[in-house]
Order: sequence, then structure tokens, then C-alpha cells
Amino acid sequence: LTQKLKVRIDGEVIAASSGQTILEVARANNKYIPALCYMEGLSAVGACRLCMVEVSGVARLLPACTTPAQEGLAVTTSSPQLQSYRRIALELLFAERNHVCAVCVSSGHCELQTLAQDHGVTHVRYPYNYPRLQVDTSHQRYVLDHNRCVLCSRCVRACAEIEGAHVWDVASRGIQSRLVSELKRPWGEAKTCTSCGKCVQACPTGAMAEKGWGVEEMVKQKSVVSRLTSLRGGR
Amino acid sequence: MDKLKLGTCWLDGCSGCHMSLLDIDEGIVALLKKADIVFGPLVDAQRYPEGVDVALVEGAVSSQDDLKLAQTVRARSKVVVALGDCAVTSNVPSMRNGIPTRKLLERIYVEGASEKPGVPVDGVPPLLRQAVPLHEVVKVDLHVPGCPPKPNAILLVLSELLEGRKPDLGTKLRFG
Repeated sequence: LTQKLKVRIDGEVIAASSGQTILEVARANNKYIPALCYMEGLSAVGACRLCMVEVSGVARLLPACTTPAQEGLAVTTSSPQLQSYRRIALELLFAERNHVCAVCVSSGHCELQTLAQDHGVTHVRYPYNYPRLQVDTSHQRYVLDHNRCVLCSRCVRACAEIEGAHVWDVASRGIQSRLVSELKRPWGEAKTCTSCGKCVQACPTGAMAEKGWGVEEMVKQKSVVSRLTSLRGGR
Repeated sequence: MDKLKLGTCWLDGCSGCHMSLLDIDEGIVALLKKADIVFGPLVDAQRYPEGVDVALVEGAVSSQDDLKLAQTVRARSKVVVALGDCAVTSNVPSMRNGIPTRKLLERIYVEGASEKPGVPVDGVPPLLRQAVPLHEVVKVDLHVPGCPPKPNAILLVLSELLEGRKPDLGTKLRFG
């Protein structure tokens, strides 16, 4: 049975239900908490660390997307410390791979690019990693550019939880982590892929795109994935 | 009052940032009342002069010559601005960074050449191992991202800097 709760977000008392996360409560009440790996309709994994918030009485920061709302919880969504940590997280994402926005199909429609702008990231203070990464063009309709992947795993979850195919996974560890289709088979040869394209629409950057688009032309239809879940009553 | 000195330079970039600078149109008239352009692709000077007030640097640092010029600009300028994504992030020039320079040059000038194959050595500066953002080799006072930065952003930056203020770019600019 869902219980009614009261939580405080940035000082304002807000009604919530048990089972909701801090991020869900905040979004339902027009309180902005940035997030990259969170997507409405998919399970939350707390991977990107952009939705970290301060909770009074808790010494460490908590990810809003995986922390359940509790009676009397008091949350701060923005502070100089949080802004500074979010900037660091964003800069490290840029430093890790080759996000060359100027020649990206998703430029102008990219969540990473927009978050960087919103957080005043005018440059990256860390040395770039410049890894040599593959671009998988083996699929007939879609392309996967590892240079632009932030490992948010939204594609993994969209494919596993909504399409039910589970083509995608993240292989290896740490800086070597890579998105793989099936057991590292090229995407075009993945037998479980239904070519539905939900992974592409769920991808926040230009890492996954439809073929045939030029720079700034790929606009994702995120709502496709979120709507499917709500049509199924959240299952 | 003496006029201020504005220097611009073009490292490893496409000159698009300089085009965007010219796209401030009549805005340049007001700027040139306050400052003279004393160096860069828009003027004839061969040497980067001393005592420059504001320097705009376009392009990534990609060759020995880029590095030398970046250091000279830093030493002789009060305010150094990284103008555009190449100077700010190393951008497109960095797409070669995963490839060893010798392999890169051979791929283009030997394997890719239809006639007279051979890596050029005379009159061209040696490449650095990687193309890097300006702030990795010298101190940068202001970053202006964009590919290219919008003319009105450049105009705002120059107008403010020539008035001795640091422009507040806030969340106006993005990469790409």
C-alpha cells in the first residue's frame, strides 16, 4: 500500500508517495535536479552522479534517482559544493572519450552538451584521454560511435526492460568499459537485435544514431521509450 | 589615451573563428576606435609585438610552431583568450591523437599520395605527439567555446575585455 509522505525540497514542503525516489518527487513538482543516466520509464542505476543531492542529517551526498523519499526528508538540490561536483563529473565525461561536438550528429540536441552549458562548463580542466575507439557501422540502419558513449546504460535498460531483447551490455571494467552487443559481436550480426531502435532513441548523446544524418541533424524521440512504459502501467 | 593592442593568432584550426570575428560586422568599427589589431591573419605584421593587451587564439596546439607562438603570445599579452572549440578542447585536430604522428603522415603523404609520395620535411613544422587545448601549454584567462563562437559572443568578449572587465559568459556558450 502506498503511503502519503511529506518531504522538503529546497525548503518547500512537498507531498510524495512511498516508493517514489527523490528525483521523481522533484521532477513531478518542477524542481530541477540534473541527470544523465536517469530516464523516465527505465529502472534507475545511479551511474552518472549528476543527480547527487544533499540530505540533511546525512554526511555524504546521495543520488536522487535511487534514494527513496522518506517522511520528513529534507533535500537540497543545488549548492556551491553540488555545482562544483557536477561540473567535475561532466568534465571527466568529456575528458574520458572523444566528444568532438563540432562534428556530431547530435550537436544541439545532446544531453551531455546541454548539461555542460547549463553548468557553465566552458572548458575541461583535466587532460583529455584521447582513446582510440571503434565506430560500429555494421547495422543496416543504426551506428554506434564509442567515442561519444558516456556508459549511462540507458540503451542497455531500454533494450532489456522495454523491448525485452537485452542485446546490449557493458563489458570490462573501469576506463576499459565498453558497450557491447551480444558477446562482443558487431551490432549488425547480433541475432537478438530486433532493429526496433529504442536504444538509439534512449541514447543521450551522439553515441547511437540513425544512419544518414549529418552534423546537428539527429533528434532523439526520448518520449517513445518513456511512453511505452506508461502505456503498460509502469510494468 | 593610447589605443589598446589586440592580437589574434591562428594555430591548428580552420580560420572559422576569425571568420566569426569578421562577422561582428559594424561592431568592429567601435572596437577599432579603442584598439588596433597588431598581429594575426587579418594584418601584415610578421612579429608578435610586446605589450599586447588582449590576445585571441584560435586553434589547437598541434605543431612545434604552434607551441612556440602560443608561448610568445602568453609572454607578450596581458589577457589570453582561447577562442573556439579547437583552442578550448582541441576539437577536430585532436581526432588524430590516437594515431602515432609518423604513421599518420605516412598514411596521408605516402599511402594516400597518387604522385610524389613522401612525408614533407622542409618548410613545415614538426607535429607534436598530440594536438592539445591551449590551456594545456600556457595559462589561459578566458575560454570562449563554440565552433565557431557566435559573432555576438566574440563582440561581447572583446568589448568587455577592452573596457578592462572580465565578461560574464555564464551559460551563454556551448561546445560545438
